[in-house]
Amino acid sequence: MSNVIRIRKGLTLSLKGKAEKVLSKLPTATAYALKPGDFPHLTPRLLVGEGDAVLAGTPLFNDKRLPEVRYVSPVSGIVSAIVRGEKRRLLAVVVKPAVEQEYLTHDVADVAALSREQVVSLLLAGGAWPFIRQRPYGTVADPSDTPKAIFISGFDSAPLAPDTDFTLIGEAETFQKGIEVLQKLAGKLYLGLNDEMAATSIFHKIKGVEKVVFHGPHPAGNVGVQMHHISPINKGEKAWTIDPHHVIAIGRLASRGVYDVSKVIALAGSEVKRPRYFRIIAGAAVSTVSGYVNTSGHCRYISGNVLTGVNVGADGYLGFYDNAITVIPEGDKYEFLGWANPLRLHRYSASRSYLSWIFPDRDYALDTNINGSERAFVLTGIYEKVLPMNILPVYLLKAIMAGNIDRMEQLGIYEVVEEDLALCEFVCPSKIPVQDLLRKGMDLMMNNE
Amino acid sequence: MLRNILNKLKPSFEKGARFGFLHSTFEAFESFAFVPNTTTRSGAHVRDCNDLKRVMTVVIIALMPALFFGCWNIGYQHAHTFGVEMTFWGMWIYGFLRVLPIIIVSYVVGLGIEFTAAQLRGHEVNEGFLVTGMLIPLIMPVDVPLWMVGLATAFAVIIGKEIFGGTGMNIFNPALLARAFIFFSYPSHISGDRVWVAGLQSPSAVEVTTGATPLAEAAAGHIDRLPSTADLFFGLIPGSIGETSTLAALIGAVILLYTGVASWKIMCACVAGLLTTGFLMNWLAVNPYMSLPPYYHLLMGGFAFGAVFMATDPVTAAQTETGKWLYGFLIGTLTIFIRLFNEGYPEGMMLAILLMNAFAPLIDHYVVAAHIRRRLKRIPVNV
Repeated sequence: MSNVIRIRKGLTLSLKGKAEKVLSKLPTATAYALKPGDFPHLTPRLLVGEGDAVLAGTPLFNDKRLPEVRYVSPVSGIVSAIVRGEKRRLLAVVVKPAVEQEYLTHDVADVAALSREQVVSLLLAGGAWPFIRQRPYGTVADPSDTPKAIFISGFDSAPLAPDTDFTLIGEAETFQKGIEVLQKLAGKLYLGLNDEMAATSIFHKIKGVEKVVFHGPHPAGNVGVQMHHISPINKGEKAWTIDPHHVIAIGRLASRGVYDVSKVIALAGSEVKRPRYFRIIAGAAVSTVSGYVNTSGHCRYISGNVLTGVNVGADGYLGFYDNAITVIPEGDKYEFLGWANPLRLHRYSASRSYLSWIFPDRDYALDTNINGSERAFVLTGIYEKVLPMNILPVYLLKAIMAGNIDRMEQLGIYEVVEEDLALCEFVCPSKIPVQDLLRKGMDLMMNNE
Repeated sequence: MLRNILNKLKPSFEKGARFGFLHSTFEAFESFAFVPNTTTRSGAHVRDCNDLKRVMTVVIIALMPALFFGCWNIGYQHAHTFGVEMTFWGMWIYGFLRVLPIIIVSYVVGLGIEFTAAQLRGHEVNEGFLVTGMLIPLIMPVDVPLWMVGLATAFAVIIGKEIFGGTGMNIFNPALLARAFIFFSYPSHISGDRVWVAGLQSPSAVEVTTGATPLAEAAAGHIDRLPSTADLFFGLIPGSIGETSTLAALIGAVILLYTGVASWKIMCACVAGLLTTGFLMNWLAVNPYMSLPPYYHLLMGGFAFGAVFMATDPVTAAQTETGKWLYGFLIGTLTIFIRLFNEGYPEGMMLAILLMNAFAPLIDHYVVAAHIRRRLKRIPVNV
């Protein structure tokens, strides 16, 4: 723990409803879904039809741009619905699970003896390739690329995020196996750790990665921020990232030959009666946890955390990359003279414009009210306080608004994805839709490549 | 109760409905009374409760010490100059009654134009003028004719802001533009020795001789007639309504900095620029004014008020963090230059800020260009 990188800028939000470190059992989900929307810039081509029987690991759709990357069913059962939206855009493939789970199995070999090509084809065939995302732009990696390094963030600093000390218990061996596989793909592996991590964390024993310790507020746990401080990507370079839970899934594929994406996730938020951890399979219907949620109020079900997650609704499904379900109250209420209230104790502000800083160290039960209306950029220097990267966020966003591709590139759009600028959006007094804008900018960049 | 009334009225103000043309106005009043029930649709699901309305409120609160002191000082200066006996509250009320009409004119004219502009564009009404409308009276001489305030406000809002696209898009600080408008159009009403004390312009006041601001005295070479530093600091001097008291501006600065609304970098840089140049001038001094200790410049005229409330206007200031240092420093420097070497007008702060407003985009341009160059240098050469 000698080399600690200190992150000074940022903001750790303390919200009500932090998951207690208890692992509870859930009823089996009634349905699982794989949603193309979880993968930016994906153009799906459907490979199954309604009523088809699938195994866990059977491809449901692939990507028209990278046809060899297949997106597979998380469980075995029957394809019960193909959900389409406007212009017949594919929104989700829903699978009704069979009582007994059956897996598509792949040949298992000694990882050390495999070539890079063999590892790539194992991951592609096994449905594990979409775990690997690339920078720039946070899309699923292109199997024909060789990245300069693979970055793994070992902790999540987002509000109410699950604690990997707890969710990864007992997975040290599979994690190590996953790392061995990833070592075949890139010359260098980095694992970002938190200096407050428990001594029992599985990461302490892991070999084959360079561990870098971070200290500081959110977004210190964002892999993009860690990458920026370890070895920032420049124009033309590519780096890959992967979530530790997916490293474990790769470990399972390499050791047992199956696609098994079960993981421990947190159910958190102020509208959860008893926030805690559950073992769940990615893509499970969110209704599975409804027994733990207050049913009285109007709630928002978020797959992921409150800053970057997706509003999936009570009848939605857990996202592919998400390790938490957060339930918070909807804020569709008017507040009389709210902006003039000197205290506004039930709301949070990172600025000290309200006197609520008199009562620090409270957990807030924030709702989804936008707390104002959208305006032009007025205040300056606000985003910079919560972005621990050498990036000029306002200039980058203005370049995106102007659609100026050269400028976006000069200002480093290839270094960030939505989650890195999420705090800017949170603190913005002009209520600028930062994450949406950034995604638009990244789409523009990719469409012009 | 009020909510029910608004809910009933709302449909008739929707776009296309009977009063649809007043949509922006209705929206402005509604969101003034109630924080809207809009929820987040994209991006972060929870948001900071800080919004522009609140930011503007904080600035107005920070302006209150200057306003309250200014009211009292008008009464005090009047009593002092004319030798009238007045109580503390008598002075305050005397001043308040002189200031109130100016505030009303400024807000009525400015908000009227803002609402109309928003209506024409179909936009929401921006909160920016809430602050501008208070700043304008505070930088006016007490005896300024009301029609002039109205005209200047209209000029500042239309030419200074709306033609650029409204709040957030303007190049020049609108309040200072209002003052510059009067300064260049009606100089006799905003300069000289007789406009700064209430009542000095009336024919009955011809026998009274003093009414000059300290800056005017200094510029005229009457260094010996300067008030004590204590009077300068507390603001017991003739001058624009809200700008005389350095103390009041400092209280405002504390509020703005603690809440994080204004940039401490700009304020510090202004002071640093002023002091550095001031000492340099001391060293080069060829006349008594140039050898005046620089801290006098901190206390005289509108420097403190300008550095706290005008230079820090985030829209017209430099927007990069590095740029803010340069921007503020040059304001301080230019203030000294204009004060010392411009014979036409003793106060340099207004012109210094307006000039730097014009240069702020250029400063930012070079800061961003340097940032981009540093990014390029990071790329390994052998690629």
